[in-house]
Amino acid sequence: MTHVLDPGTLAAGTRPGPGPAAPFDDVTRSDAALRAFLHGLPGVDQVGAEQRAATLGTRSIKTTAKAWAIDTAIAMVDLTTLEGADTPGRVRSLAAKARRPDPDDPSCPAVAAVCVYGDLAGVAREALAGTGIHVAAVATAFPSGRASRAVKLADVRDAVGNGADEIDMVIDRGAFLSGRYLEVFEEIVAVKEACGDAHLKVILETGELVTYDNARRASWLAMLAGADFIKTSTGKISPAATLPVCLVMLEAVRDFRAATGTQVGVKPAGGIRTTKDAVKHLVLVNETVGADWLSPDWFRLGASSLLNDLLQQRQKLRTGHYSGPDHVSVD
Amino acid sequence: MSDRLAVRKTYKLYVNGAFPRSESGRTYEVADARGAFLANAAWASRKDARDAVVAARAAFGRWSRATAYNRGQVLYRVAEVMEGRHAQFCEEVAAGEGLSSGRARAVVDAAIDRWVWYAGWTDKLAAVLGSANPVAGPFFDFSLPEPTGVVAVLAPQRSSLLGLVSVLAPVLAGGNTAVVVTSHRRPLPAVTLGEVLATSDVPGGVVNLLTGDAGEIGPWLAEHDDVDAVDLTGAPADRALELERLAAGSIKRVLRPPAEEPDWTADPGTSRMTRFLETKTVWHPKGV
Amino acid sequence: MTSLFEYAPAPESRSIVDIAPSYGLFVDGEFVDGSGEPMKTVNPATEEVLSEIAVGTEADVDRAVKAARRAHTRVWGPMRPADRGKYLFRIARILQERAREFAVLESLDNGKPIRESRDVDVPLAAAHFFYHAGWADKLSYAGLGPDPRPHGVAGQVIPWNFPLLMLAWKVAPALATGNTVVLKPAETTPLSALLFAEVCRQADLPPGVVNVVTGAGETGRAVVEHDDVDKVAFTGSTEVGRSIARAVAGTRKALTLELGGKAANIVFDDAPIDQAVEGIVRGIFFNQGHVCCAGSRLLVQESVHDEVIASLQRRIGTLRVGDPLDKNTDIGAINSAEQLARIRELSEIGEAEGAHRWQPACELPDRGFWFPPTVFTDVSPAHRIARDEVFGPVLSVLTFRTPDEAVAKANNTTYGLSAGIWTEKGSRILAIADRLRAGVVWANTFNQFDPTSPFGGYKQSGYGREGGRHGLAAYLKESAR
Repeated sequence: MTHVLDPGTLAAGTRPGPGPAAPFDDVTRSDAALRAFLHGLPGVDQVGAEQRAATLGTRSIKTTAKAWAIDTAIAMVDLTTLEGADTPGRVRSLAAKARRPDPDDPSCPAVAAVCVYGDLAGVAREALAGTGIHVAAVATAFPSGRASRAVKLADVRDAVGNGADEIDMVIDRGAFLSGRYLEVFEEIVAVKEACGDAHLKVILETGELVTYDNARRASWLAMLAGADFIKTSTGKISPAATLPVCLVMLEAVRDFRAATGTQVGVKPAGGIRTTKDAVKHLVLVNETVGADWLSPDWFRLGASSLLNDLLQQRQKLRTGHYSGPDHVSVD
Repeated sequence: MSDRLAVRKTYKLYVNGAFPRSESGRTYEVADARGAFLANAAWASRKDARDAVVAARAAFGRWSRATAYNRGQVLYRVAEVMEGRHAQFCEEVAAGEGLSSGRARAVVDAAIDRWVWYAGWTDKLAAVLGSANPVAGPFFDFSLPEPTGVVAVLAPQRSSLLGLVSVLAPVLAGGNTAVVVTSHRRPLPAVTLGEVLATSDVPGGVVNLLTGDAGEIGPWLAEHDDVDAVDLTGAPADRALELERLAAGSIKRVLRPPAEEPDWTADPGTSRMTRFLETKTVWHPKGV
Repeated sequence: MTSLFEYAPAPESRSIVDIAPSYGLFVDGEFVDGSGEPMKTVNPATEEVLSEIAVGTEADVDRAVKAARRAHTRVWGPMRPADRGKYLFRIARILQERAREFAVLESLDNGKPIRESRDVDVPLAAAHFFYHAGWADKLSYAGLGPDPRPHGVAGQVIPWNFPLLMLAWKVAPALATGNTVVLKPAETTPLSALLFAEVCRQADLPPGVVNVVTGAGETGRAVVEHDDVDKVAFTGSTEVGRSIARAVAGTRKALTLELGGKAANIVFDDAPIDQAVEGIVRGIFFNQGHVCCAGSRLLVQESVHDEVIASLQRRIGTLRVGDPLDKNTDIGAINSAEQLARIRELSEIGEAEGAHRWQPACELPDRGFWFPPTVFTDVSPAHRIARDEVFGPVLSVLTFRTPDEAVAKANNTTYGLSAGIWTEKGSRILAIADRLRAGVVWANTFNQFDPTSPFGGYKQSGYGREGGRHGLAAYLKESAR
C-alpha cells in the first residue's frame, strides 16, 4: 500500500475493518493520527524499568508460594516446538507430555497449549483431542513475517483449518520501525478476521523493536487492532522475553483495560528456561497487574526447556531432595 | 594650582545600584591617618542592612544565572573603570591608610589587578571544581559549583581597598551577591568603588556597600535568615564568636576571621571562592 | 484485591548474628566499660531488647579522644599513605565477607527491611571504604594543593537511619585522609558500629585509629565540644546541627553538617509515568521515609495529577509492610517510639489543616513501631506537612501548572538537600536542575547514592559534601601551592 502522509486523505471513510474500542475509536483514522497517539503514550525510562524488574526479581518465593507458582507456571506453558526438523512424531510426543507433564504424578497440571508450525496443527489437534489443551500455531510467515499480505492470511487460514485454535502472528517489524503504523494495524486487523474464532496472539518481536518505548507502542497498536494476547518474541531473536519488556507489556494491558474495559493477555516467550525465571514472571504479573491475570487465560509462558525445570523443581518440593534430568522425560 | 574652591564629594551608601544616605540620617566623621577631617560618611543602620539584603536577594537570580563569560567581562569592566579613577583611589588610600603615594599606587595597582585575576576565574571554576562522577550504575552523574547566595562580607578594617577587593571579588566571581560592611575608619575607597561599580556593568543590587560599624550591623546580618553566608574577615576580634553563633541559627556558611589581617598582596588562591560555592550533583539515567 | 499468589514468609535467618548481652565502648582498640548508666537497644519491629549498651561520659570521650590523638600522632599520621589505603581495602573486604551478618544486624536494630540493608546499606558501605582506600595515597591529586594535611582527630556523630552506611560515609574519608576518629553512633542503633569495631580488629587497624563511643545526646555533645577534637562531622537534624554550629563557633574546629530536607519531587505531564511512580515510591518509602533526602513533597503538574495519584495509590497498595527480616518486605518498622509519635503528630496536624489523608488497607503487626505508607493530597504550601520534615513514610502532594511555578514551590523551603525532576524533555531537565536550590538533583530517578558522587545540602540542609573528590575537602586542610 502507499504510505499516506496526508492525514486528511485517509480520514474520510477509509477506516479498515472493525475499529478499536472507545475511547480510541478515532486514533486509527489516519497514519498521522495513529502516530500521534502512539507517540503520545508516556515514555519508558529504560533504567527505571529495568530497576523495577530487577527489584521484583529479588522476591523470595518459598514453600507453599513456590508450589503454587510452579503449578501455575506449568499450567501457563505454551509447550513449543518450532524447528525445521519437526515431524508428526515429535509433535505427538510433545502432545503426550503436554497432557501428562509428569507421568509419575497425576496431580501435575497439564500445560495450556502446544505451539507448532501451522502444517502440524492437525497432528497436534488430533493428539490433544478432548484434553482442553489448546493448539497454537505460528503463522504469517513466522518468524520473519516477510511475505505478502495474501500469503500471510493464507498461512493463518491454513493453520486454523488444520485445527489451531490459537494463532501466534508476527507483526511487520520493518513497517513498524519505519513508522508505517497504520499498515501494521491493518494487517493485524486482517489477520484477526482470518482467525475467525481462533484466539490471536500478536508477537511484537521486542528484540527487534529494541526500545521499551517501541515495545509499549507496539503493545498498544496490537491491542487497538484486536489482539487477544500480546507476545514478546518469536524465540528466534535474542534478546527474547526479558523481565523489563514483560513489565512494560503488562503495564500496557493494565492501562488498556483501565481505558477500554477490554482485558488482553500477555505471553513472554523465548529465554525463559528456569523455574526461577518463571516465578519471577509470575511475581511481575502479581505486582503489576494483579490476580486478574494470574491464569492461563491471561498469561502464558512460551517455552520448551522450561517445563522440565519446573517438573524437577516440583519433584524436589514433593520429595524434599533434588531431582535430575533423567527423572523427567526428554522432549 | 588655581584658587578655585573644590567641590567636595558626599560619601553615601551604595545599595541596590543607588547611592542613598543612611535611612537613619546618621553620619560619622572620617579622618585621615593623622586624624585630619576627610569627610562625613553615611553611618549605615540595621535597616540599611535589611534593605541591602533585599536588594542582594533580588539581584541574585540574574547574577547567578548570567553566563560565566558575562560575569567575567563584568568583573573585568570593573578593573577598566577603576583604572580611570586611579588617581582618586590613590589619594583616598594614601590619606586613609597613611601610605606614601608610591605605596598607595602599588596598592591601587594590586587592587585593579585582583579584579582581573578574578574576572578570569569565572569561566574556569566549573572545570576546575566540577566533576563527572563514575558511579557504579547506568547514570550520567556530574557535579558543578554553584553560588551560595547572598553573602554578608565584613571587609578588612586595615586594608580599605585592596583588602576590600580581595574579599568582594571572589564572592562575585562565583555568582553570589554581596552586602559589604566596609572598613569603619577607612570607608572612602569603598564608596568610590561603589561609584565604579555603578558605572561599570555590575547590575544594581549585586554589590551593596555599607559604610559604618561592623560591630553594630554585623549581628543583624549574621542573624538574618535570608543571608546565606558570612565572611567575618573584618569582624571586630571581640565580636567574632558572637557573630559565628548567630550565623549558626540558619546554618550559614561562615568564613572565620584570620588571627590577624593577612598580607593582601599574597597569591589569593581559590579558597575564598570555594568557601562561597555549593556543589550541586545531578543524576540522570542512561538508556535508549 | 485478594491475591491468588500469597508469598509465604521468607525470613532471613537471624542465627548468623551473635548479639552479646551487653557492649562496652571501643576505645584504643579495646572494648571497655562506659562510665554512664547503660542504655538498652531494642528491635523496633518487636520491642524486644537486643542488648545493653555502654554510655560514654565526658571522661570516656576524653579517653577516646586521647587515644585518637595518640594514634594520629604516632601511627596513623606518619604511616605511609599507601598502607593507610591497604587498611581501608581490608575493611572493605571484611565488610563484603560479613555482609549478610551486617545486613541482619542492621535490620534487627534499625527496623529497615532486609532487602534494603542487604542490597543498599551494606554493599554501599563496603563501596565507600573501597573507594576511599584508593584515595589514601593520591591526595595530592585532590585539588587541595600539593600536600594537603589531615585535621587530626575527627569527632563524628551519626544518625539512626543508615547506621552502618553513615558510619562508612564518615569513617572512610576521615581515615583515608589521615585523620583518626571518635565516632558516636545513634542512641537507638549502636549495634552495627560495634560490629564494625570488631571489623577494625580483624583488619588489625592500629588501636585508637577508630574509637566508638556509644550513648545519647550528651555523649555526642561531649565529642563535639571536646577541646582536642580538630574536626566535627555531623549528620542529623537541622535543630541539632544548629546547636553544634554554635558549639564549635569561635574554635578552630572544622565543621561539616548534613542535616534535614524536604525535597520536592517534580513530575511533569510528559514524564515516564510508570517510572515516575516508582521514583515517587522510592523517594518517600525507601527506608520508611527515614531519609534526609526523601522526596517528601510531590509536585505534580495539574494535568496529570489524577492519573499519577491513581497509579501511585495502586502501586502503594502492593507495598509489603511488616517483618523487616522477611526478604519480601518493602517497608519495615519505624525506628523508635519517639519517631513514631512525631510522624503521628504531623500526620494529625496535616488532617487538621485540611489535607486529605490516604492510606492503603494494610495490616500492621501488633507489637513494635509501625506506620503505614501515607499520602496527603490537597496539601497547600502553607501546611506544616509541606514544610516540616516528617522523616517517615508520609508524602505530601502539591500541584503546579508551569515550570516557573514548580521551581518556585520546590525552592520554597528552608532546606536544600535534594530534588527530583521527571520529564522526558532533556532541555527542561537541565533548565530546572539549574534553578533548583538543592545539592543533589535526581532527574528521572531518585535516591541513588554512590561513593564517587558528592552528596550534601544547600541552605539549612547543611554544608560540606560527602563522597567524591569534593568529600575529601571536609577532612583535609588545603596546602599552599
